[in-house]
Amino acid sequence: MILHQLIDYEILRVIWWGLLGVLLIGFALTDGFDMGVGALLPFVAKTDTERRLVINTVGPVWEGNQVWFILGGGAIFAAWPPLYAVSFSGFYLAMFLVLAALILRPVGFKYRSKRESARWRGGWDWALFVGGAVPALLFGVAVGNVLLGAPFRLTDNLFSLYEGSFFQLLHPFALLAGVVSLAMLVAHGAAWLAVKAESPAILARARHIGFWSGVVAIAGYALAGLWLAFGIPGFVMVGEVVTNGPSNPLMSEVLREGSWLAAYTVRPWAIIAPVMGFVGMALAVRGLARGGEVSALLWSKLGITGVISSVGLTMFPFIMPSSIDPKSSLTVWDASSSHLTLFIMLVCTVIFMPIILLYTAWVYKVLWGKVDESELTSNKNAY
Amino acid sequence: MEFGIVELSRLQFAMTAMYHFLFVPLTLGLSLLIAIMETVYVMTGRVIWRQMTKFWGTLFGINFVLGVATGITMEFQFGMNWSYYSHYVGDVFGAPLAIEGLMAFFLEATFVGLWFFGWDKLSKVKHMIVGWLVAIGSNFSALWILIANGWMQNPVGAEFNPMTMRMEMTDFYAVLFNEVAQAKFVHTVSAGYVTAAMFVLGVSAWYLLKGRHVEMARRSIAVASSFGLAAALSVVLLGDESGYSATHTQRMKLAAMEGMWETEAAPASFTLVGLPDQAARENHYAIHIPYAMGLIATRSLTKEIPGINDLVLESQDRIRSGIIAYDALMTLRAERDATPPDVLETFELHGADLGYAFLLLRYVEDPRTATEAQILQAADDTVPTVWPLFWAFRIMVALGFAFIVVMAYFFIRTNFGKRDYPRWALWGAVFAIPTPWIAAEMGWFVAEYGRQPWTVDGLLPTAMSVSHLSITSVALTLAGFMIFYTILLVIEVSLMLKYIRKGPEQDVSETEIAMARHAHRLRTHDGNVPLGTPAE
Repeated sequence: MILHQLIDYEILRVIWWGLLGVLLIGFALTDGFDMGVGALLPFVAKTDTERRLVINTVGPVWEGNQVWFILGGGAIFAAWPPLYAVSFSGFYLAMFLVLAALILRPVGFKYRSKRESARWRGGWDWALFVGGAVPALLFGVAVGNVLLGAPFRLTDNLFSLYEGSFFQLLHPFALLAGVVSLAMLVAHGAAWLAVKAESPAILARARHIGFWSGVVAIAGYALAGLWLAFGIPGFVMVGEVVTNGPSNPLMSEVLREGSWLAAYTVRPWAIIAPVMGFVGMALAVRGLARGGEVSALLWSKLGITGVISSVGLTMFPFIMPSSIDPKSSLTVWDASSSHLTLFIMLVCTVIFMPIILLYTAWVYKVLWGKVDESELTSNKNAY
Repeated sequence: MEFGIVELSRLQFAMTAMYHFLFVPLTLGLSLLIAIMETVYVMTGRVIWRQMTKFWGTLFGINFVLGVATGITMEFQFGMNWSYYSHYVGDVFGAPLAIEGLMAFFLEATFVGLWFFGWDKLSKVKHMIVGWLVAIGSNFSALWILIANGWMQNPVGAEFNPMTMRMEMTDFYAVLFNEVAQAKFVHTVSAGYVTAAMFVLGVSAWYLLKGRHVEMARRSIAVASSFGLAAALSVVLLGDESGYSATHTQRMKLAAMEGMWETEAAPASFTLVGLPDQAARENHYAIHIPYAMGLIATRSLTKEIPGINDLVLESQDRIRSGIIAYDALMTLRAERDATPPDVLETFELHGADLGYAFLLLRYVEDPRTATEAQILQAADDTVPTVWPLFWAFRIMVALGFAFIVVMAYFFIRTNFGKRDYPRWALWGAVFAIPTPWIAAEMGWFVAEYGRQPWTVDGLLPTAMSVSHLSITSVALTLAGFMIFYTILLVIEVSLMLKYIRKGPEQDVSETEIAMARHAHRLRTHDGNVPLGTPAE
């Protein structure tokens, strides 16, 4: 097979770096509001009817949304195997917590309303809260740790040795990143609820909590930027950078020096990402305060896209630097799959992604409109 | 057995995978059965079929969600517990997993929500199509997962790259149309169909025994027994295909599950039952069927099937060859820029046996320093423990034939009899509900345990595939999964039982429409009442 030679290895790597971003953003935009809604559940809805209403705003779509996450995992495995191997085993216990939360959530949606007992439902409400809040927080903590550099080294056989512990993940900067991620998704979830839930009480609470979460997210994001500027060293590739060589991280030289924010002097245009982040979140907050729910949801989407893109662009070409052995750091140029695999995966993505977007859009269109109490009684399959 | 990180990781994988497969077969089969029922409803317009669709759909939903949830564990676990495996074969193995998400899982998961929530939002035909898309999505999902698993059994279309120290894809079509993967796919989905058919049959039989929902139960039995008979026949036939492909792809697994210690003159006899003795390398109290093994496995009277002892000798040679490959690899890596042509040639000659040198890593740091005794020991390690394979395989096959009998019985009574079933047969069907699950778990056990000591047959030993984790971490997550999964299983089964006891919902509005139609038909037939439109 020589078809794959049509696209340079180097270009394929950049495309896949972009696609990784697209998948993460797709996940945050869709499953993000599910997680936000889960985290909000105990606070915006007090009675059983209110809670069912809240759950049913995401009831028909959470399953499809979650696939963005699963596909993200699959794409990392297929396109960035070293990243998949190092990060999943390195952040072992954190991954386990995410897993447990992500298992609790689907089951919570589906099983909660299958029995009448208040204890049963109360238990599942708690599970849904954990299933939403814990991953939202931990994903941010993981991103924070990646920016800090993770304590791993690669042996000559490319076996990954991780020398940190679970509690070392809880560095103050990483926790800040976790708070930003949680607050951002809670605000997103609040905007979704404001659009979908036909209930003045829920609407008022969602707007109130969403407003303050948005404010926290903006402040936290700004603080994290300052911290990166003054308190956290960046990483640089030194020597000759081979962009189309074999994927062996040990073949390149990396130093831990300078600042991550140097990226914005090398690529000034990248500043658009943090600007999008700030503007999007600020306008979402404004929309929640003034009652423009639909625009709040759309602005929130823009804000999330900006925030996630800014992390990627700040770090490029790094995808997972090592704090204890910079040479082991994984970059776009040395941690990808082979030329052929990247090409095949790209072809599959180009074929299937538009189809996915089309049918997802159709499903959302069919389900368009607010969810009100009558739906809970008329639809026997409602959660 | 000493419980190190390898054993704990294996235990965790086995447990979570087998648990995941409690839900998957029912999803595979029931999604299809429900789509069939809904199609009958759309074509005939008879309300009872809509009720059936909704009822089995509720049970499907309770099961489906756990299949999805526990599937996430499967995808994460490669990276978490098997990070060297992920690095070493991610280039090949990751692709089908990612395509599964793109092509199948997205379809299934996006439409399953709409199926449950869209009854009043979609036209009949559109809703039926949504149901079919869920079924197609789940079945395609199985295809890609089995392509990935098939590659672990028979790693084709890939090559080792000394520079990146991993397997890299060279031929995607070979990975896709891997004979093992294709045979496994059809065998596995058929097993899912049998599971769902047996489930529907058993639950319906229980309703008949209790005299409840008789109309629905009879129709369900009719659908389940014909679908189940076809599935049971194909699961056995296609299982045979799987066995046939193992004769040339996984000879050690085949020999181990048949308890064939020595190579027999062709055509070999089949050991029906016996007590395999690993230490003495022989079977006690064995009952043989002459010629059967040779006929099944080679489909000829002349081809020999190698026994375990001969395969061990072959492993010894491959280990020695692997050591040469390992030595060449080290030189290639040390002189990366020069790449001496003679060393490269040596590596190309022996590279296929590199994995066998890795078997020595359990005993020595550097395979090149292994003693003769260690080489012999490592060759012995290529024999999986025989007795569990021998018995698991026989249980699976026996159940497979039993499914044909059960399904054929109900099929014949339904289509050629008076549609009445004796009570003993109905009770039999109720108690048979768990058996397809037992067969399916046995099948996976044979497939995976029989591949030991490898994660990827002949390429990467299991012991080398694990992550660098502390025993405490893995023990913690293992305990976590055990507790968590047990609670979920108890909840799931209790909900299933609750909704089975409750039975189908009476669809009041639909029933009224049907009655009005019926009345309308009667009146026009009499000719007494002028044509009127029933309230629809």
